[in-house]
Amino acid sequence: MRRRVAVTINGAKHEHEVEPRLLLVQYIRELAGLTGTHVGCDTSNCGACTVEVDGHSVKSCTIFAVQADGAEITTIEGLAKGSTLHPLQQAFWDEHGLQCGFCTPGMIMAAKQLLERNPNPTEREIRVGLEGNLCRCTGYHNIVKAIRCRTQGAGRRFLTEGEVRWRFHN
Amino acid sequence: MIPASFDYVVPRTLQEAVAELVQHGQEAKVLAGGHSLIPLMKLRLSTPSFLVDIGRIENLNYIREDDGHIVIGALTTHHDIELSELLKQKLPLLTSAASQIGDPQVRNRGTIGGASAHADPNGDFPACLLALDAEFTVVGPKGERSIAAKDFFVDTFTSSLEPNEILREIRIATPPPGSRGTYLKFSRRSQDWAIVAVAAQVRVTGHEVTQVAVGLTGMGSRPLRASGVEQALRGKAGHDDELRQAAERAAEGTDPPQDLNGSPDYRHHLARVLTRRALEQVTAHH
Ligand SMILES: Cc1cc2nc3c(=O)[nH]c(=O)nc-3n(C[C@H](O)[C@H](O)[C@H](O)COP(=O)(O)OP(=O)(O)OC[C@H]3O[C@@H](n4cnc5c(N)ncnc54)[C@H](O)[C@@H]3O)c2cc1C
Ligand code: FES
Ligand code: FES
Repeated sequence: MRRRVAVTINGAKHEHEVEPRLLLVQYIRELAGLTGTHVGCDTSNCGACTVEVDGHSVKSCTIFAVQADGAEITTIEGLAKGSTLHPLQQAFWDEHGLQCGFCTPGMIMAAKQLLERNPNPTEREIRVGLEGNLCRCTGYHNIVKAIRCRTQGAGRRFLTEGEVRWRFHN
Repeated sequence: MIPASFDYVVPRTLQEAVAELVQHGQEAKVLAGGHSLIPLMKLRLSTPSFLVDIGRIENLNYIREDDGHIVIGALTTHHDIELSELLKQKLPLLTSAASQIGDPQVRNRGTIGGASAHADPNGDFPACLLALDAEFTVVGPKGERSIAAKDFFVDTFTSSLEPNEILREIRIATPPPGSRGTYLKFSRRSQDWAIVAVAAQVRVTGHEVTQVAVGLTGMGSRPLRASGVEQALRGKAGHDDELRQAAERAAEGTDPPQDLNGSPDYRHHLARVLTRRALEQVTAHH
């Protein structure tokens, strides 16, 4: 039995008849045509599919589209204003926070929630706050750096890898 | 990965939801946050042909104090628990456990009702709720009943809920002033499930341990109470050597699994170490 799902994605209304088993990420990519949201693991681990549903970051591979009926959804495509990048996007650009870029949409969506909840996180809080997102290129250092430069702690000297490891484990 | 197809309803009340479960029998499953069920359905380890989505039932998401009890609605998310001021003050054991579940995205969706009903032996809330002697209020076709935590968690992925029953609320006697709790979880990477974890709730009054409850995650097919530790510590002064001796008994009578994460011996060791650390933490500065 198909069901009607109506959602607002990045301010635009979408409505489709879907099977209840359709995942939200498939709805976003295949029906709404917004392919910025990626599928990395498809097993709820990597966070590449992270989007915001009613203000909460979620892994869109782990929610059925029918569960989001009526929701306001924000994806990576909803962040830039025209040709002006969102500050976090700009920071990822400036700080070289991406290599292949596959994890980046999810990283930025997770980072957005992290900064909304905690505008001035410590380095450790940033690292722990990104625990749901994996970067296969392992570029965590510059990802953290990019997020760090959006915080009030910005401008402080960035720690070396060795210092980070030391602080993180102590 | 695409789950097997199923039909789906979104009841507005618990009564409607129970009626759907009764009508569809064994084929039906409750869907709450979906963060245990959907991964299983995607792997087709679970193939219900009918889902009853309780996510839109009103008034199932709350944390309040009522008549000497903290009551938590089944749809309360891990994130809401993590941030609750009431729980931070009166039941930090639960906020501490909630903050260590999965990752922020998982905590935004997963619910305490789902985490309880799912009865994962490595889940974090079950051992806490067992240590806190929580009561589970469940609704079924014959009305409501209450199940004590010690009877609620039966086996791996098995609670004592009947297939047509829905968990509505969890009730926990508010710990008396001076009672302190913490949850210590050991895993290899921050997002991982516990290899072993320990929930401790202890009260030291004057120079006497008047309350001690220790719950264990990952030490068997369901959450366990470390009753040897509790016996050893109750009535003692709570000195360091007493804590250490009591913690030595943490693995008594347990038969933890052997898997990729570790051997039974390793888990015994973790249980003892984490118990000692938890006891030290909740009795510090007395
Ligand atoms: C990547 C990832 C990491 C995770 N890490 C952890 C972790 O470290 N620690 C941890 O404890 N958990 C972890 N989880 C699991 C998470 O906590 C789940 O949210 C939780 O176990 C299930 O809650 P849910 O609301 O999502 O339930 P669902 O998945 O919707 O349901 C789970 C089961 O419970 C039943 N059910 C749900 N609600 C009710 C109810 N009210 N009455 C009767 N039956 C009900 C369902 O029918 C189903 O069988 C993780 C999950 C993911 C995806
Ligand atoms: S694709 Fe959703 S978490 Fe990896
Ligand atoms: S930049 Fe390649 S996966 Fe992160």
